[in-house]
Amino acid sequence: MSLAPFEITTGHPEETSLEAVESAQAIEGRSPFRLALARLRTDRMAMVALGMIVLMALLAILAPVVSILTGHNPYSPDLVNGTNAFGQPYGPGQAGFILGSDNVGRDVLVRIAYGARISLLVGVLATLIATIGGTVLGLVSGYFGGWIDALLARLMDTVLSFPYVLLAIVLASVFGSSLPLTIGVIAFFSWAAIGRIVRGQTLSQKEKEYVEAARSIGAGSFRIMFVDILPNLIAPVIVLGTLLVPVAIVFEATLDYLGVGVGPPTPTWGNMLADAQGSAGFGAWWFWIFPSIALLITTLGFNLLGDSVRDALDPRTERIFAMRRKATAAAVGPGGSAPADSEPLAGEPAPS
Amino acid sequence: MSLLSVRDLTVSFPTSDGVVRAVRGLSFDVEAGRTLGIVGETGSGKSVTALSLLGLNPGADISGSALFEGRDLIAMKPDEIRRIRGAEIAMIFQDPLSSLHPYYRVGWQITEAIRTHTRVSRAQAMRQAVELLRLVSIPQPERRVQAFPHELSGGMRQRAMIAMALALRPKLLIADEPTTALDATVQAQLMELLGGMQRELGMAMIVITHDLGLVATVADTVLVMYAGRGAESADYQTIFRSPHHPYTRGLLASIPGATGSGGRLVPIVGQPPSLIRIPSGCAFHPRCPFAMDACVREQPTPAPVRGGEGHWSACWLPPDAVGVGADADNARRRYVASRRGPAALRLRGVAAAAAGGILHA
Amino acid sequence: MPEPVLVELPPPGGKTPPARRPSAETLLRVEDVVKHFPIKRGILFKRQIGSVQAVEGVNLEVHRGETLGLVGETGCGKSTLARCITRLHPLTSGRVVFDGVDISRLSARQMRPYRRRLQMIFQDPYGSLNPRRRVGSIIGDPLAIHGVAESSERKRRVQELMETVGLNPEHYNRFPSEFSGGQRQRIGVARALALRPTLIVCDEPVSALDVSVQAQIINLLEDLQGEFGLTYVFIAHDLAVVEHVSDRVAVMYLGKVVELADTAELFGSPRHPYTAALLSASMVADPEKARSSHRVVLYGDVPSPINPPTGCRFHTRCPKAQSICSAEEPPLEMKPGDPPGHLTACHFPVQRGETLVGATPEFHQAAADFVATSQGTAAEGGG
Repeated sequence: MSLAPFEITTGHPEETSLEAVESAQAIEGRSPFRLALARLRTDRMAMVALGMIVLMALLAILAPVVSILTGHNPYSPDLVNGTNAFGQPYGPGQAGFILGSDNVGRDVLVRIAYGARISLLVGVLATLIATIGGTVLGLVSGYFGGWIDALLARLMDTVLSFPYVLLAIVLASVFGSSLPLTIGVIAFFSWAAIGRIVRGQTLSQKEKEYVEAARSIGAGSFRIMFVDILPNLIAPVIVLGTLLVPVAIVFEATLDYLGVGVGPPTPTWGNMLADAQGSAGFGAWWFWIFPSIALLITTLGFNLLGDSVRDALDPRTERIFAMRRKATAAAVGPGGSAPADSEPLAGEPAPS
Repeated sequence: MSLLSVRDLTVSFPTSDGVVRAVRGLSFDVEAGRTLGIVGETGSGKSVTALSLLGLNPGADISGSALFEGRDLIAMKPDEIRRIRGAEIAMIFQDPLSSLHPYYRVGWQITEAIRTHTRVSRAQAMRQAVELLRLVSIPQPERRVQAFPHELSGGMRQRAMIAMALALRPKLLIADEPTTALDATVQAQLMELLGGMQRELGMAMIVITHDLGLVATVADTVLVMYAGRGAESADYQTIFRSPHHPYTRGLLASIPGATGSGGRLVPIVGQPPSLIRIPSGCAFHPRCPFAMDACVREQPTPAPVRGGEGHWSACWLPPDAVGVGADADNARRRYVASRRGPAALRLRGVAAAAAGGILHA
Repeated sequence: MPEPVLVELPPPGGKTPPARRPSAETLLRVEDVVKHFPIKRGILFKRQIGSVQAVEGVNLEVHRGETLGLVGETGCGKSTLARCITRLHPLTSGRVVFDGVDISRLSARQMRPYRRRLQMIFQDPYGSLNPRRRVGSIIGDPLAIHGVAESSERKRRVQELMETVGLNPEHYNRFPSEFSGGQRQRIGVARALALRPTLIVCDEPVSALDVSVQAQIINLLEDLQGEFGLTYVFIAHDLAVVEHVSDRVAVMYLGKVVELADTAELFGSPRHPYTAALLSASMVADPEKARSSHRVVLYGDVPSPINPPTGCRFHTRCPKAQSICSAEEPPLEMKPGDPPGHLTACHFPVQRGETLVGATPEFHQAAADFVATSQGTAAEGGG
């Protein structure tokens, strides 16, 4: 028995070999992110969370519009129009104040809208800075090891265990409270959380064979870190980043509440809560309920979104999404199952 | 009567992507004291078969019968199967590190196995365990009996697992890829051991593997599986010398050393099919050099092959088509056509007219 | 126009066409390479308390155009040696001379130009490709790193490479997870070929593949060798595969080369007891040979490379060991009566016609004892 080997090509120009024919069965190259996005679209909770965030974002962007529409200014006290004859603030729905007025006559709704600007700006910006910084440092620390790692890892541990509120108070008293300082402080205390995770992931990815392969073709350390390893880390980084935003927002509110964040007259939710505390004697529940609700909606939105993003990016939850797909009969696309003999040979590690 | 008689075994798993038909109508026999080698590649269903026989596939749909000394394993309740497992049918797995419990000492695991099925005192069971370890050539068994699995080397762990499996002198031992993770010299030790135990205990064995060398060495009868069905079965000499099924022939042609050294290897074109989307008719037809229309339409039933006692093949080729030369041209043409519909063929570097005359060697 | 894949119609006999002849010119020389991995312990400052002696003084020459097979079992150091050759591990001592240049102590930057000519194919088709990168980018990586071509030219060359190894160039943008094991290995081959290397170290390239797919990759590697004039160092544990592809074979045990010879010579007349045992242990897919050959079964397991035996490292398991073997390490040299090029490291090499005795029949005694014991126990236990 003998079979003579030689290559046959078919008439189709794109098929130059039999392997080619087989792969034609597999789906077009879908990046894992597009797949994740598709999954997110089927996740109702994610859509709700996104809605909450978009709502707050719109409120923030349109704050001046709200101010114009109501005719109220967020900054200056207005005892004439804003309080009643007894000097008491109006409740919600009274005298043209949709959510009521505060103790010096300012419109609560307008203040909340402007407060949203601060919260979102600080939250997102600080998290962005922290994420980028933490990722870079985590990568460097994990990849190079040795004394660089020893130094950075200990630094991360220190930062994470620091009483940040105390430091914020000290810094604010030295430099004066301001927006950039607030962003800086929050970013400084957040990067370590990301850095630690990234470092751990880098350490495990470093041992993988594809990193060895990259070294064998002559890739330098930085290329390996950013072109090879980083794409494999992006998923946890995105999740953690999304979940870090609400932490930053609450952190910011806390600093404001303590008076060391962004100072008056800029309205922030933290400030408003602080004011509410002082004016509790009025029994004016709308002083603190509405800012609290605003905070709640924002942080809840990001937290839920972060959870959904984590599920969407995790290949192991594919089963849930497949069921969902079938249930809604939405044509999101095949799950991208790999061709037949990609099952591992018995005893070999399973494809990740 | 055969010790184990499996008829029309069918195992399916429902999954989110579709039904995985891991085993589709498999039948075979195992005689007492003899060894059956089940050969197959990824997706052949060989491991699923073994697990299903012992009721270790709880989520699966299983039908068919497996008569072990007259009792149907498939129809048994879990309690009954548990009594048989270990005592009458034992199984050893590929990776002993994951099948031995890492937190319990080896000796304890063996004594537990013994005491589950027989009423002996702990001391007696421990004595037996030591003897078992000695039997499987583990040095200093009195000490090793107190060791944890990770303290033993790979070969010793495998032997400890064999010791545990043999503790109750089972009538049938199923070995699922017993040598895959081991070095060649350790493999040799292991197979020597199993062969010896088989002779001493009169035990039957089913060896499941993808290694044709192992099968050539230890099997009395060989069953070749492809895509969940039996493709061919014969005694060990016949299957190597005069195979009938094109898959068996293809396997033998693709292994260095099987066709005589120096010849260029002849791989089977393509790859095994997914068990969710199995080709119509004979599952092997897209890769088969001899495929005919019947092969696409209808699944071949196992038919006896002329010249071999107990030699059957699930193929539409005539029973005396053993040893006929194959046609690579046809093979690839068919494979390509099955995937993309008819396509014009262009032979590179060779005039098409001449192509017809070449290669019938 | 992409270069055509090598098309060779064999002569009617069906034998392998001798498309290449290895030359006698030395392309790679490994001189006394030693690689130890330190074992450290400590909380703040780690001290070295021992080392894994993975490779202990290996001398090898690889000739241009040949395939040198490297076999051995777990812990023999063949994979470590492969990584020392390609400078993925720094050497503890010794030299690696590639095409006349000592590359052992070069810095990463100095090493770069040599990486173009010295490439590696890895064992695990699932792990050796970055799952988050597209195939075209993976194969084009060497071209990008060495600045060989700009992006459109790079794409063209990558697609050419894909065709050469039997992949559809249209699948340029797919991810590794969409390919089967055999196809992924082809991607690895394409990546290794990208810079037209001279020497490729293949670390168990087919071990993780299905049997029928292994042959495809082996054929591919052979074809490429003929077409591009490659030299291979081929590492495998499957002796049949090594015999098929190699011109010469080196056998390693616990970090040392114990025997080196032409393939036919080594498989026909092994001189080192370990080689003899290894060859007899391998199970050929031929029932006559498998059952008739006398199997030398070695006793015990491979010793740990942390604490290797003294003298000849094989003496603890060797059927022919005598007192000198534990005292003095045998040099790797030509034994009287052997053709030149056949080197053995043994004090008492296997003579032609000699049969080694393997593991003892004590086993059968133990078996009989066991049967007696368990019968007795069954009687009293009433199982």
